[in-house]
Amino acid sequence: MSRLTMREAISQAMWEEMEKDPSVFILGEEVGVWGGSYAVTKGFYDHFGGERVRDTPIAETAIIGAAIGSAMTGLRPIAELMTINFAFAAMDQIVNQAAKLHYMFGGQFVLPLVIRAVGGGGRQLGATHSQTPDAVFAHFPGLKVVSPGTPADAKGLLKTAIRSNDPILFIENATMYQVRGEVPDGDYLVPIGISCIQRPGKDVTIVTYSKGLEISLKAAEELAKDGIEAEIVDLRTLRPLDMGPVIESFKKTNRAVIVEEGWKSFGVGAEIASRIYEQAFDYVDAPVVRVAQKEVPLPYNRALEQSALPQPSDVVAAVREVL
Amino acid sequence: MDNANLLDFYYQMVLIRRLEERGAELYQAGKIGGFMHLYIGQEAVSTGLIGARQPQDRVITAYRDHGVAINCGIPANEVIAELMGKATGISQGRGGSMHMADRTRNFWGGHAIVGAHLPIAAGLALGDKYAGRDGVTICMFGEGATNIGFFHEAVNLAKVWNLPVLWVCENNRYGMGTTVERASAVSEIQQKAEGYGMVHERVDGMNVLAVYDASKKAIEAVRNGSGPRMLEIMTYRFRGHSMGDPERYRKQAEVKKWEEQDPLGVLHNHLIENQVTSIEVLEEIEERANLAIQKAVEFAEASPEPGLDTLFNNIYAEEV
Ligand SMILES: Cc1ncc(C[n+]2csc(CCOP(=O)(O)OP(=O)(O)O)c2C)c(N)n1
Repeated sequence: MSRLTMREAISQAMWEEMEKDPSVFILGEEVGVWGGSYAVTKGFYDHFGGERVRDTPIAETAIIGAAIGSAMTGLRPIAELMTINFAFAAMDQIVNQAAKLHYMFGGQFVLPLVIRAVGGGGRQLGATHSQTPDAVFAHFPGLKVVSPGTPADAKGLLKTAIRSNDPILFIENATMYQVRGEVPDGDYLVPIGISCIQRPGKDVTIVTYSKGLEISLKAAEELAKDGIEAEIVDLRTLRPLDMGPVIESFKKTNRAVIVEEGWKSFGVGAEIASRIYEQAFDYVDAPVVRVAQKEVPLPYNRALEQSALPQPSDVVAAVREVL
Repeated sequence: MDNANLLDFYYQMVLIRRLEERGAELYQAGKIGGFMHLYIGQEAVSTGLIGARQPQDRVITAYRDHGVAINCGIPANEVIAELMGKATGISQGRGGSMHMADRTRNFWGGHAIVGAHLPIAAGLALGDKYAGRDGVTICMFGEGATNIGFFHEAVNLAKVWNLPVLWVCENNRYGMGTTVERASAVSEIQQKAEGYGMVHERVDGMNVLAVYDASKKAIEAVRNGSGPRMLEIMTYRFRGHSMGDPERYRKQAEVKKWEEQDPLGVLHNHLIENQVTSIEVLEEIEERANLAIQKAVEFAEASPEPGLDTLFNNIYAEEV
């Protein structure tokens, strides 16, 4: 075990996989000489060289397309999108190509491809640079969407993703790179598509992932002061979605709050809530409540932006509402 | 170009320089947040270019937009207030450094997605052409932006539809840390105009007079219906890409070398050597710019934050 930041855990996962497998390589904007605009690939260029740590032009469509094509020949590209907001510039490659090619040609083409993209708000970057569009990407069958909430999961899930033969979007959160946690050394793998309990409790089920986990853990501490024990389920993967631990927890607590950083409408919370109603209707003691971002493009002004983002106090209020 | 205009260019360039220097300090002090990209070193480009436009000509640019905002006539007060996220900012604190715009001054915005404003520029020009107006749309972008598909789709469309756009590439040699040679198939960006059958010219962007002359000619040619054109303006940013750039990708000696051609110094020398004016007059202009920025910071500091109750304003043009 080592105490690592999220940034270090992600970096370590890629480093170890690149050391192990020469077909793994990185491509993206400023991943090489600069060391990654969020310093995740710092030191990679000097160690692995420019063939395996490839700086690209500002050309998101070409980045994803080249990753897809090279993956189809057997390489294992890790394509970095500088932020997830730039994925929209590559939407056709992600949605119409990466998510479709295996199925549409009867399983002939295999795409062992990871797209790393960082998202999230709260850094005063304005409307185009602050989005959490995870649910958008989770909409498409054929694409897997992973988004860890702890450094250990980040390492384990990314290593599994790199070894996987399917296209995987790996979503990070820019405000979480400094979050620290215990991370197993060496070959540590976490399976994709498995939710887990991050905090046991008996009174209410909080379902969340990524940044929402940080928010929910803070809220749970607050609630514990009043003797309310929240159980937190971390989805970790949005597609394929593992409802097992959610339903199990809900059958115990009969109450749920769903916490996500993205917008509420048509979001992760909407999906989870309807699955709870579908799968555990008889256990419902209170309407499921969603905590999410206010429905507005995020503004630059700090106070305005913070007022639009979900806060621990919102989660506390939501829990009190369902109890 | 007459002497009064030249002195005004000098004033605008010094004003931008001081604004950027103060902006950097305010950023360091935590009074400005987000991403902020300074225009220091590139002042002659937008000053000469926008100095050559007519009021009916639209300007649109990327996120490195503070200087462009000043040249378009937005008071420094409203630029700095926007940087500080105040209600009196030109975008009411919603946009920040990367998103300034002022319709009334025909400035159609700073845009933060690389290359995304190029197709929009084609649309602005389409609007003018469709309505029979004689405005030219001046679209500014970095050389790095010429590698994204948006660029190619936009310039092609503008040519095919003969839209009145002047495409202006500010070639400052780097897109973040990547040199033009490492990112672009041709490092002379004007060659890309060749591929789309457009008239083009490479211009010394450290010399505001050269920029002005080339821009004037190009804008009027576009206005006269001869189709879109492209200028590649050679320049250099003296500071990092944005605040907090470790600048591992270039040597300080290279920066020093370009600083010898500081566009403010180049114009200063021109004005003195050609006896356009005296050192005293230039000092007086510099003092005026200093004062304007000082006043602007005071204005911004004293301005109110946008009310939290205004969060949902302007999501749609119509009530929902
Ligand atoms: C579509 C997209 N990809 C990546 C970025 C991140 N980014 C912002 S500025 C920049 C470099 C742009 O370089 P250039 O066009 O030469 O303009 P300069 O910054 O030199 O003015 C990059 C990669 C972005 N904003 N949008």
